[in-house]
Amino acid sequence: MEQVSTPSRIASGSAVVRIPDTASLPVIETEAALRTLLASLSGVDAVGAAARAAKLATRSLKQSTKRDALDLAISMVDLTTLEGADTPGRVRSLCAKAWRPDPGDPTTPSAAAVCVYPDLVATAREALTGSDVAVASVATAFPSGRASLAVKLADVAEAVAAGADEVDMVIDRGAFLSGRLGQVFDEIVAVREACGSAHLKVILETGELVTLDAVRRASWLAMAAGADFIKTSTGKVAVSATPPVALVMLEAARDFAEATGRVVGVKLAGGIRSAKEALRYLVIVNETAGALWLSPRYFRFGASSLLNDLLAQRTKQRRGVYVRPELFSGD
Amino acid sequence: MDDHPALASPLNALDYDPAPESTAVAHLRESYGLFVDGAFTAPEASEQFATLNPATGRSLATVAHGTVDDVDRAVAAARRAFPAWSTRPGSERAKYLFRIARLIQERSRELAVVETLDNGKPIRETRDIDIPLAAAHFFYYAGWADKLEHAGFGPAPRPIGVAGQIIPWNFPLLMAAWKLAPALAAGNTCVLKPAETTPLSALVLADIIQQAELPPGVVNIVTGDGRTGSALVEHPDVDKIAFTGSTEVGRMIQRRAAAAGKHLTLELGGKGANIVFEDAPVDEMVEGIIDGIFFNQGHVCCAGSRLLVQESVADEVVRRLMRRVDQLRVGDPLDKNTDVGAINSAAQLARIRELADAGEAEGAERLTSACALPSEGFWFPPTVFTNVAQSHRIAREEIFGPVLSVLTFRTPAEAVAKANDTTYGLACGVWSEKGSRTLWVAERLRAGVVWANTYNKFDPTSPFGGVRESGFGREGGRHGLEAYLDV
Repeated sequence: MEQVSTPSRIASGSAVVRIPDTASLPVIETEAALRTLLASLSGVDAVGAAARAAKLATRSLKQSTKRDALDLAISMVDLTTLEGADTPGRVRSLCAKAWRPDPGDPTTPSAAAVCVYPDLVATAREALTGSDVAVASVATAFPSGRASLAVKLADVAEAVAAGADEVDMVIDRGAFLSGRLGQVFDEIVAVREACGSAHLKVILETGELVTLDAVRRASWLAMAAGADFIKTSTGKVAVSATPPVALVMLEAARDFAEATGRVVGVKLAGGIRSAKEALRYLVIVNETAGALWLSPRYFRFGASSLLNDLLAQRTKQRRGVYVRPELFSGD
Repeated sequence: MDDHPALASPLNALDYDPAPESTAVAHLRESYGLFVDGAFTAPEASEQFATLNPATGRSLATVAHGTVDDVDRAVAAARRAFPAWSTRPGSERAKYLFRIARLIQERSRELAVVETLDNGKPIRETRDIDIPLAAAHFFYYAGWADKLEHAGFGPAPRPIGVAGQIIPWNFPLLMAAWKLAPALAAGNTCVLKPAETTPLSALVLADIIQQAELPPGVVNIVTGDGRTGSALVEHPDVDKIAFTGSTEVGRMIQRRAAAAGKHLTLELGGKGANIVFEDAPVDEMVEGIIDGIFFNQGHVCCAGSRLLVQESVADEVVRRLMRRVDQLRVGDPLDKNTDVGAINSAAQLARIRELADAGEAEGAERLTSACALPSEGFWFPPTVFTNVAQSHRIAREEIFGPVLSVLTFRTPAEAVAKANDTTYGLACGVWSEKGSRTLWVAERLRAGVVWANTYNKFDPTSPFGGVRESGFGREGGRHGLEAYLDV
């Protein structure tokens, strides 16, 4: 059958975002100013957002696009272990996996970071010396966030002192849902300060915020308070990252960058297990926030089992045949 | 952190590699005959004309040109089949409709490829919308076949008789389903005339009808051009005409049908308004506008071809809209990542060009997607006109292409007045987070369909149709039965 003549330039589908050079961050000095900012945001039509996300899920990634996207996804993984049963031994093995996910193929990129509890940061730091893999630590009374500010800040200080490059904090969802927005904002500002040079990821726990309107407002609140990343979930509640939530958070990051000149990253966490899902999220990134966010600097997956499926699909792309899952180590 | 080597981006964008659907599943023949009285006529028995792939401009196959005699034979076959079909228990008619629905699902990939080849619309749309909806219409009306006495048209509603059905080229299979499913459920027999430029999916449907062992003559499919359609309209033994197409042809059919006392339903053109208030959910609204005008290359009678946007947010809406327009992937309709396909025919392309040029000449500002277009075939880039006045031709005439006219308003009353300032009345959209205002506006719009915070949503359970120069009669839902019952 005849082929359609290919035009010289097909739109990549990628969103073109124009970020101003001069930063103009919103000045939030009072809770009223914060309310005004959040009230100025457009509502989200949940049906429309779900339809948009579903439509983007029909994109078909083939050949070099698929190969590149799988490598990109591997480089975006924050390989995570957040269990009561975590031990130094388990963290060390996770670090080895993050550094060289597939020792059989040295072209495999490293993961972006290893994400652990604060008491295991020192272990991870030591195990990753010499690598490009960052150490991330959850803090601020993860996962519930139910502790005094002093306790949360001590938690952060411990993680940073032990060598964390990145801190994943949780917001006080109770305060947010009861309308004490100033309290949530001030806590983020305080944690941001306690982080020093470490990057701050702010976990919104979207499964507890429930509505997409709340997700959009919480995203803006966190970005205005100084978050380097906004993150969906702790992975500890029933609903974690979903395509509509990812869409709304990426729209928020895009709009915030266009309004203020400051680029904030987005991290999806919880429940992402297959390479297929990860690639669908990359399509949402590409067509919503655009190319700048297609980098581990501004987009991450918080996951554990996802990495092995990415490796399996990567190997399949290179060898042309599916490989046994046992080929890749557990952690 | 910024110079952390692991954080360098390996990609500039996800430049999607080609992902073409295979054409092997289309199983196209070189030439086709007519489907009359349960069998295909020999192709060489008829004068043949070519149907083109609009994405390349080259011929896909040749089909028969149905003559006055062919139409006469088809109507006679339908008349012969009518007594037995109409008196068969509804539950028996339902069995055939269910069977056809299932066969459409089974052969959905073949139908999607055939439709995309013949029409030029993207495979994503045929695969995800046209074909599943066509099957859904047969399933839905199969359910009505044995419940007609409960449809609200009296205790024993009777079918009309032989229905002549003339369908357009924009949704070839789906329009065939919209016409055939309710007609057959109600007990009528049919002669269907597909559009001249897109006959192939109806011929696959004829094959499916044969496979479903529908009694001979219950459905006859006669391909051809306007002359074939005219013969059907003029035929004295046709009891009912159902037409979907242009207002101009609809008007002509109405004159003739009135003279002959035939039942008639018309689904004609439109100039749908998408009304955007300043409190609209902005991201979903932009998607809705895109979907409203660029879905199926704008070849949609209910397309949201006028954007009425509140003046206070007009610049911001246009900025966001153009960012999305520039992202649209225009090209090979068979590529699974194509958003906008080919214009259906050279004639339609000429019409779109003429009206777009008129828009520019009359003083509107033309914004065009930067996308490159294939060198062969029929293509028109997604286009948005701003600074459009009510008097401009691009604000009044149906363009039936990927061209959006943006107008502004200040108050809800002005929005309603502008939306209603048209000879048409098919569909409108209202975008606002304030439900009371949406309802206030919807009540005052003169349109058969009003969508709230969405656009171009179709479902077999929901009636669709227009008022004023957009026609009369409803398709879909319980209301869709009325067009095929003698009530």
